[in-house]
Amino acid sequence: MQNLIEIKGVRHAYQTQSGPLPVLDGLEIAVPEGGFVAVVGPSGCGKSTLTKLVAGLLKPDEGEVWLHGEKVKSPRSTVGMAFQNPVMLEWRTILQNVMLPLEIVPTKMTRRQKEDRARYLLDLVGLAGFEGKRPSELSGGMRQRASLCRALVHSPEVLILDEPFGALDAFTREDLWQIMHQVKEKEPFTGVLITHDLRESIFLADQVVVLSGRPARTQYVLDVGTTGTRDLDHLYTAEASEMLATLRHQIEVAQGRAPAEPEQTATPDLPPGSAAQGMA
Amino acid sequence: MADVPQPLTKPAGATGRGGSAVLAALTSRAVIAPIAAVVVFLVLWELLVWANGWPDYVMASPSDLPPAYAQYWELFLIMGWQTLWRTVVGLVVAVIFGVLVGMVMGFSRVMRDALYPLLVGFNAIPKATVVPIVALLFVGQHDFNTVLIAFMISFFPIAVSVSIGLSTLEPEYRDILRSLGASQATIFWKIALPKTLPEFFGALKVAVTLAFIGTNLMEIVSPHGRGLGALFDSGKTNSNYPLMFAVLIALAFLGIVLYYVVVALEKIFAGWAERSPG
Repeated sequence: MQNLIEIKGVRHAYQTQSGPLPVLDGLEIAVPEGGFVAVVGPSGCGKSTLTKLVAGLLKPDEGEVWLHGEKVKSPRSTVGMAFQNPVMLEWRTILQNVMLPLEIVPTKMTRRQKEDRARYLLDLVGLAGFEGKRPSELSGGMRQRASLCRALVHSPEVLILDEPFGALDAFTREDLWQIMHQVKEKEPFTGVLITHDLRESIFLADQVVVLSGRPARTQYVLDVGTTGTRDLDHLYTAEASEMLATLRHQIEVAQGRAPAEPEQTATPDLPPGSAAQGMA
Repeated sequence: MADVPQPLTKPAGATGRGGSAVLAALTSRAVIAPIAAVVVFLVLWELLVWANGWPDYVMASPSDLPPAYAQYWELFLIMGWQTLWRTVVGLVVAVIFGVLVGMVMGFSRVMRDALYPLLVGFNAIPKATVVPIVALLFVGQHDFNTVLIAFMISFFPIAVSVSIGLSTLEPEYRDILRSLGASQATIFWKIALPKTLPEFFGALKVAVTLAFIGTNLMEIVSPHGRGLGALFDSGKTNSNYPLMFAVLIALAFLGIVLYYVVVALEKIFAGWAERSPG
């Protein structure tokens, strides 16, 4: 299968007053069409830089980013983005906010079709009836749902989620995880999720990429082994615990708190099938 | 002098009950409260003058004003109009210039660093000292001079507010639109401009009163016999103290009218920024 997103040997540095600050150093990520990759890593390791590279907002110093067999050189409208801060235009209604990308991306849709599309998505995430509300009248979770609709309204091939659920409470977050699966079933996309939440990463994604500390390179790739919709109960299986333990360990390595290779310290690499002790 | 009174805002949450009765009640409160305040103010003023037994050359009382208005009614209309249109033109120029400068400073860090000291320095110069310079520079161009001073005194808050509004735009807005391939112009029209409107109107309320100060400075200092400032000046020369106070009140009235015009524009264009209390 052809990979929809391919990041090959990407290096990037920011120019600061005290010289170049390398943030990415040898990044390798490949996501097949319809796949969902979660990227985890220590904070400040360049995860958000990664989203800007995929969106074409930044050009890497070295290496290449490919989307659908084309090298990314500039922003492209086949990308949708949602951030931790679900910025909404306060002077527009929720419906008008969701329709914003359709005003920018070239489209043959009529005004009516655009509106129907936005209404359909809002209904999908459980915001039916809130179309006419102002963003200030919505809770954080609801704003994040609307932000998700806005990211999807122009049917992007790639959906980039930069810690979208980071600021929400635990129950709202789990709610939105499930909504994400429902949405992906109806509106297929190839996903890149930046997150700090290991449970979130294995619940939503098919593969989890662990980045090393800054400058970040691909340190570890975990195959979740499931694709598509799954149950929250799945998070409480031995299999999931094992994956979480592995990821936890990899993060500690990335933070420089655990040695990389001889893995007989704090969190041992567990043989398949055994019960894991540490949860993230 | 640049003090701006609190706008009288209706409780926006009370619209749900509907019906013209509620609306009427709101309107009446919004109208009666300020009128009552004005009446109380006039009564206290009258009492103050009466209690101290001041003659009108020390301080005119409100009861001296109607005769003054009646006597010079035509002059008030002509001069009031002169003051008003020149203030409004000065203000319009200040808005155009202030928004342009604000945009340049809001979008470019370099320009912001470069222009701020200049702007602050310019603003710190008392405009009363600029009036004779301008009057000498453009001798006889009285309308032009007056508009110029009104503009000079009032563009600063507009420029600063627009630049702050633009430079504090959340980066996420920009990223979302840019990732869709939007141009800088689209980002400006769709997001930056509307987002800056509340700050802009806040500054405009300050600028309105400032512009009146500018207009009157020129009218009083420069002897061309135009505008309410000139009427004030002639009241002074003729020791007609009630006339001087009548001019002051007329100026205050014009200021209030223009202020509420701005409030109305704000309601139309930036009403979304007003949240219901509680």
